[in-house]
Amino acid sequence: MIAVIDYGAGNIFSVKNALDHLGYENILTKSETDIRNADAVILPGVGAFPWAMKMLSESGLVDTIKTEAKKKPFLGICLGMQLLFDKSFEFEECAGLGLISGYVDKINEPDLVIPHMGWNKLEINHDCPLFNGLSEDEYVYFVHSYKAFCDDENLYAYCEYGHKVPALVSDGKTVFGAQFHPEKSGKTGLKILENFVMLSGEGK
Amino acid sequence: MLAKRIIPCLDVRDGKVVKGVNFQGIKEVGDPVECAYEYNLQGADEIVFYDITASHEGRGVMLDVVRNTAKKVFVPLTVGGGIKTVDDIRETLRAGADKVSVNSQAVQNPALIKEGADIFGSQCICVGIDAKKVSDGKWTVYINGGRIDMKLDLIDWVKQIEQLGAGEICLNSIDTDGVREGFDIPMLDAVCKAVKIPVIASGGAGKLGDFADAFLKTDCSAALAASLFHFKELTVEQVKDDCRAKGIRIR
Repeated sequence: MIAVIDYGAGNIFSVKNALDHLGYENILTKSETDIRNADAVILPGVGAFPWAMKMLSESGLVDTIKTEAKKKPFLGICLGMQLLFDKSFEFEECAGLGLISGYVDKINEPDLVIPHMGWNKLEINHDCPLFNGLSEDEYVYFVHSYKAFCDDENLYAYCEYGHKVPALVSDGKTVFGAQFHPEKSGKTGLKILENFVMLSGEGK
Repeated sequence: MLAKRIIPCLDVRDGKVVKGVNFQGIKEVGDPVECAYEYNLQGADEIVFYDITASHEGRGVMLDVVRNTAKKVFVPLTVGGGIKTVDDIRETLRAGADKVSVNSQAVQNPALIKEGADIFGSQCICVGIDAKKVSDGKWTVYINGGRIDMKLDLIDWVKQIEQLGAGEICLNSIDTDGVREGFDIPMLDAVCKAVKIPVIASGGAGKLGDFADAFLKTDCSAALAASLFHFKELTVEQVKDDCRAKGIRIR
């Protein structure tokens, strides 16, 4: 069972639709018990960082997430990826989940359109199981105005948009974060989601 | 850098894909969910549903189309037509759309662009424009499916749209639409130079090379077509292969 954390953020149905399509049992939930019992957890999110952290703490999920993310495959998507870091400067300095070291700040590219929106090429920095079966020429779909700043060891893939934009980050163990939307990235995205679920042993 | 996008558009009325045939009337050409799925297999980077339903009941049917498509198509979905209020935007996004496209309503009520962008984010708000040439380098904006000239200067309007927080512009040329001799390059170029937000070329694609032509001659981010893809004269894949062969960055 995959728990998709539902804390009132954005379009979580598309994550559910993708998991349903792949044939994986999943549940949209904000229950601590569901998150504890799940084989893998996905933290989606669209919106602003401080607001999302507030919603997570109001749901009483912050401690559960911090504990469970170290025990089982855990994937943050888009804003959910940004929440994995120590802090963000979106509107105001705000503490994150601190699962991967680094911070989140505005994409500062005066000559480029912000938000960074569209299909961009995934450049692999370190190999990781989530990239199993992908070719060297894969595009994924991004929509965001803020980006992560992290150490090279946590940067598994990036894309070029002016400077490097972290696309996939990980603690090298159970915690993963995708800045792009795998649930909107066609076959490539579905493959990445499938690879993630496979980590939990929750194969078909 | 971002890949240029190829976007098939489906005109939908009462839950069916329809297509005007030589201005003689409208014929039903299929099930929108199936058509969207087929385009997805062909490699469409995004799919646009344009709702031409007039009735209130039809809106509900359109939302069902979006819901069902979102269950099997995993690329961004845009819905245009009939979106008049922030509530319309909200329910369309909730049904599974990633973006909405507003056209006549945005001209009549520009605040809708700002409200929508403030609440849901710029990335959700695409502004559709129908424009027609007045003289060289000058175009005006039309509403109601190209029937009413608002005497609004196109370049002034696109700058205003950007200021209001729109995430994208879908620019349809009334002059080239249906003519099938290529996109309106001068108009497209003028708009791309006037704004920084992405511009989608629409209206006029008639053959394979027209898409690459728009990308090579202007800074547009995407190109959209309807009938060409509906009637299977070209597949999305063929168009993408042609662009790739000409050195354009394509997914």
